[in-house]
Amino acid sequence: MQNNVNKYLRAEMLPHIWCPGCGNGIVLGALTRAFGLLDCDQDNTVVVSGIGCSSRATGYLDFCTLHTTHGRALAFATGIKLARPELKVFVLMGDGDSTGIGGNHFIHAARRNIDLTAIIFNNSIYGMTGGQSSPLSPLNTRATTAPQGTFERPFDLPELARAAGATYVARGTTYHANMLTQLIRQGADHKGFSVVEAVTACPISYGRRNKMGNGYDMLLWQKEHGIPLERARKLEPAEMEGKFTIGELHKSDAPEFTSIYQRFIEEKQNNNKEERHRGVN
Amino acid sequence: MHDVAQFARLMQGNEAIVEGALAAGLRFFAGYPITPSTEISELLSARLPLYGGKFIQMEDEMASMAAIIGASLAGLKSLTATSGPGFSLKQENIGFAAMAEVPCVVVNVQRHGPSTGMPTAPAQGDVMQARWGTHGDHPIIALCPASVQESYSLTVVAFNLSEKYRVPVILLTDEVIGHMRERVILPQPGEINVVDRKKPQTGLEKYYPYQPGEDGVPVLANFCENYRFHVTGLVHDERGFPTASPEIAEKLINRLNNKIVDHLDDIVMSESWLTKDAEIVIVAYGAVSRSARKTVKEARAAGLKVGLLRPITIWPFPEAEVAALAQQVHTIIVPEMNLGQLKLEVERVAKGRSKVIGVNKVNGELITPSEIFDAIIKL
Repeated sequence: MQNNVNKYLRAEMLPHIWCPGCGNGIVLGALTRAFGLLDCDQDNTVVVSGIGCSSRATGYLDFCTLHTTHGRALAFATGIKLARPELKVFVLMGDGDSTGIGGNHFIHAARRNIDLTAIIFNNSIYGMTGGQSSPLSPLNTRATTAPQGTFERPFDLPELARAAGATYVARGTTYHANMLTQLIRQGADHKGFSVVEAVTACPISYGRRNKMGNGYDMLLWQKEHGIPLERARKLEPAEMEGKFTIGELHKSDAPEFTSIYQRFIEEKQNNNKEERHRGVN
Repeated sequence: MHDVAQFARLMQGNEAIVEGALAAGLRFFAGYPITPSTEISELLSARLPLYGGKFIQMEDEMASMAAIIGASLAGLKSLTATSGPGFSLKQENIGFAAMAEVPCVVVNVQRHGPSTGMPTAPAQGDVMQARWGTHGDHPIIALCPASVQESYSLTVVAFNLSEKYRVPVILLTDEVIGHMRERVILPQPGEINVVDRKKPQTGLEKYYPYQPGEDGVPVLANFCENYRFHVTGLVHDERGFPTASPEIAEKLINRLNNKIVDHLDDIVMSESWLTKDAEIVIVAYGAVSRSARKTVKEARAAGLKVGLLRPITIWPFPEAEVAALAQQVHTIIVPEMNLGQLKLEVERVAKGRSKVIGVNKVNGELITPSEIFDAIIKL
């Protein structure tokens, strides 16, 4: 198993750039193990990322990898997947990347139900630029651009994804790393637009400012606040106050975009042949 | 000899771009509706599937540009089409294509601006945006068709240059040329030269995707064709991985620009007409060059020695041609549907050796032959 997984990493690119206590390495680990479980073909898989701390992950993965512009990873990935539907395409993004500057691409990838597996590293902050509030920063949390706490309500990412049309939606945390691996695996196995939110810790730019302690303390926070769906269902709303559900949150079947398009091509080409045959053209 | 009538068609400039793109091997289009370029999207949505190609209407202009870069990396010749405001939005990822050396073609059917301006009226206000619209020093090629026939042929050239030099190429047309209908003769397959990007030799033990060849152009594999590698908009080494090394950054940015500068002979195109004995020359491009041609005829009929230089590539700018004329003529007239954007280039190259006079119009109407003629009379 271990050897099977190591091949997915570009060992020569390590150590990674992430700060001590950062959870991104745990997400990368979960993703790498999911590749192993999927027996992922490195020569027929593309991993695309946006801009930010999380998006540097593509540099460490031994595939054809594409580190794009801020927010646009899903749009680049849409081009790749539509051009070559036979390729497996993963998209790694941060919270600001996917729901701030890339929010439009996010909802439209979901609307199309294009077969991409999107993994959102949600550390509740713009980490690489030094800790500004993001569209997923919880209400009243502090950031360099929200010195008294944010006034804005955050998105609930899985709710946004589901409402926009994503057909697989899950949330995990870096504390529940094995669950995260399974959620990524299931998302990748699902044909359609899959979204896996990975709640991860940024002790330097988010935890410190919000008195959440170090990386270890923030993992414990995830343990206490991330409630598996089955358990959450049994809890009263008051007991879920300030907590969030984790696990597979939504799964449905809907036609997948590139498959529909492929059928359209075949129909057009067949009709054209018939027309030519009849001398219409 | 062809039976010309058999291959002659009456079509719009925008339609000719579609035909040229398909002839050049286009297999992927992503776009967003915008006047006056929309016909290109509409036609390709129906045509591309017949070739097994893909069309997608994206959620916005940024996404369209991103999608064609993704598709090009996956191996398909890719195109997007837009107009002024959309061109502004695409600039971010045009820079990515320049930095990551991804071949792609962007059509900008120029309209009046700034901002929403007059959406159905022509202008040439994006000359400098085509050159410097995206941040940082970057290579770019921009071609200006002056007829429907040339909308076809320059689209083919745009793809060829893009594939050869691995740069984004801008087809900088305008509303007049885009919407005008003229007779065109469509070349038959085999009659046009189609260039495809080089592929790496297979079986290389160590593959450096960004190692330049002798021509300064790296040989990138298409994604998932024999090699695994990293592509980024960050400054990167020859392996494609990010670096903060000042030496590598300096070398990279210079190479990106030099791969164009070192091949001006291969890239720069212009057309000279009646310039040999000219004492006055008009430098005009796109739709305005058609008015200028009429002006030259009238001026010659009046006994004035006037010629025309028509830049076909406006970026890179035909410096040698303009410099030679600046030495020869006493006045260069630069009519443009803007406040004098390419005139700045003409002045830079003329270096005071001849007078440079602009004829400028920004009311959304084409400059007429008599307006240019008036400038000659006033000399």
